[in-house]
Amino acid sequence: MTDKAMKAKVRTARLPLQKKRVSLSKESNVFLFMAVPGFILFFIFHTYPALQGIFYSFTDWKGYGDWNFVGIKNYLNVFKDARALDAYIFTFQFAVLSTIIVNIISMLIALGLNAKIKFQKTLRAIFFLPFILSILIVGFIFNFIFTHLLPTLGQNLGIELLSKNILGDPDLAWIGIVIVAVWQAVAFNTILYLAGLVTITEDLYEAASIDGAGRWTQFWKITFPLIAPFFTINMVLAMKGFLMVFDQIVALTGGGPGTSTESISLLIYRGGFEGGQFAYQSANAVIYFVVIVIISIIQLKVLERREAGN
Amino acid sequence: MIGKKTNWPVTVLLMLASLCVLLPFYLTITIALKTPQEMAGNLLALPQSWEFENFSRAIEMTNFFNAFGNSAFVTIFVVIFTVLTNSMVAYAIARNMHKKFYKFLFYYFISAMFIPFPIIMLPIVNQTSAWGMDNLAGLIVLYVVYNLSFNMFIYIGYIRSIPKELEEAAIMDGASTWGVFWKVIFPLLAPMNATVAILTCLGAWNDFLLPLVIVSDRDLATLPVVQYVFQSQFSTDYNLAFASYLMALAPMIIVYILAQKWIISGVMKGSIK
Repeated sequence: MTDKAMKAKVRTARLPLQKKRVSLSKESNVFLFMAVPGFILFFIFHTYPALQGIFYSFTDWKGYGDWNFVGIKNYLNVFKDARALDAYIFTFQFAVLSTIIVNIISMLIALGLNAKIKFQKTLRAIFFLPFILSILIVGFIFNFIFTHLLPTLGQNLGIELLSKNILGDPDLAWIGIVIVAVWQAVAFNTILYLAGLVTITEDLYEAASIDGAGRWTQFWKITFPLIAPFFTINMVLAMKGFLMVFDQIVALTGGGPGTSTESISLLIYRGGFEGGQFAYQSANAVIYFVVIVIISIIQLKVLERREAGN
Repeated sequence: MIGKKTNWPVTVLLMLASLCVLLPFYLTITIALKTPQEMAGNLLALPQSWEFENFSRAIEMTNFFNAFGNSAFVTIFVVIFTVLTNSMVAYAIARNMHKKFYKFLFYYFISAMFIPFPIIMLPIVNQTSAWGMDNLAGLIVLYVVYNLSFNMFIYIGYIRSIPKELEEAAIMDGASTWGVFWKVIFPLLAPMNATVAILTCLGAWNDFLLPLVIVSDRDLATLPVVQYVFQSQFSTDYNLAFASYLMALAPMIIVYILAQKWIISGVMKGSIK
């Protein structure tokens, strides 16, 4: 026991009237001791680097050596940069498409798992399995599937579409990335929908079918409105995750062929670490941040209005 | 909609769909056990004999046990420190939300979730290497600190649902705030601690980008980074590559098979919060 604690004890023992106040201030000190170190560390390793990134985005720093302020030149250049523009377009198309596909598939699987089926636990366990795997390694395995398995199957079965490696085609490589991203993301989204579905009681459906509502009507009038909050969360989380896409692309195409599948994260990584564009890519990252915030806010607003409207 | 009888059409459809999930596993396991000669034949066929040599070659080539040790070291310490520290910070915030400073902390941590990693990525690499943190210990610190953001979200709602009377009773009995947290609240947080432990474990084990940029020494590479580094050396020796992938995936698959029920319900709990 420390001296201080000893003294405090003696003091409280001596002055019973002040006991309450002393213990209260002691209590708030303990709370500060619990929270402040976390706050300081978070500031040092998260906020401070982010501020540094914003600071250097107004300079011409290469990541080493001298630097000068250049104002908003980096920002203007990002807007004029065809490669950056392509990365943004690719990332958005990929994210929007993947988000929609993931939500449709995982909703269907969740509805299926929630029905009266056999082997429910086993099937649930299988569908959740991709969630626990390294995205990078899954990407490498799918790389083999796209490069060797599918073309061989396509040739044997005489299906033209399958008989070539889609990852080698600048116009088709994105499909491979969508497939891998969806394959993995469906796991988590299914669990979220399932968590929503199990809260709906059967009486609701019974009442509805007595009223003569068909399954389609039941889904849109009962199921969907009740799991709407989960739909909102899923859309926002999936979209945000896909906008950051990195591992899948490294494993499948490395951004290629050419730069046809280069995402924003990959561009910042490459330009920043390999291209000596520290300041320039920092400006790009700031734009990226602003874009992600705007998209998340719009999504939340639109989807919340939907929920309220239902 | 949900009758008393088993819905066979849905069962069959789901079983077919589950093949899409299982096929990559089947491929990984069979190819890891085949010889290069067999790769010329039907890729979907079962291996003629089990070729365990692929595994020993992969272990030797990628120095598997070293990478495994690195991944395990990072994951274990990240899980322990994340659960112990993040729950404590969340407790302090949850019980003082009426005060301005703690309210600010809450929104500070939560809003950080919207900051994409690439904006931090370039400066943090310089910062960690300047401070001698470009190693596994540095990686552990970063994970534990970054986890705060999401875990505040998970913990605080749960803590606020715990009645304060429990703590008041403990304080009456002479326990300090510190003691109350560890003896009363922390045990009550067990379900959330499990959720956080599971998500943290998966996150740390499978993460690729942070160890890739932070850790420069190759001997300190974690399993995903090793697969990436050796990708060009595996070249077209897919049996070797898949043996290596399988060994990197296996620990989490084994944990999943053993604790599948807890993992799914843990993730569900975290997501409903």
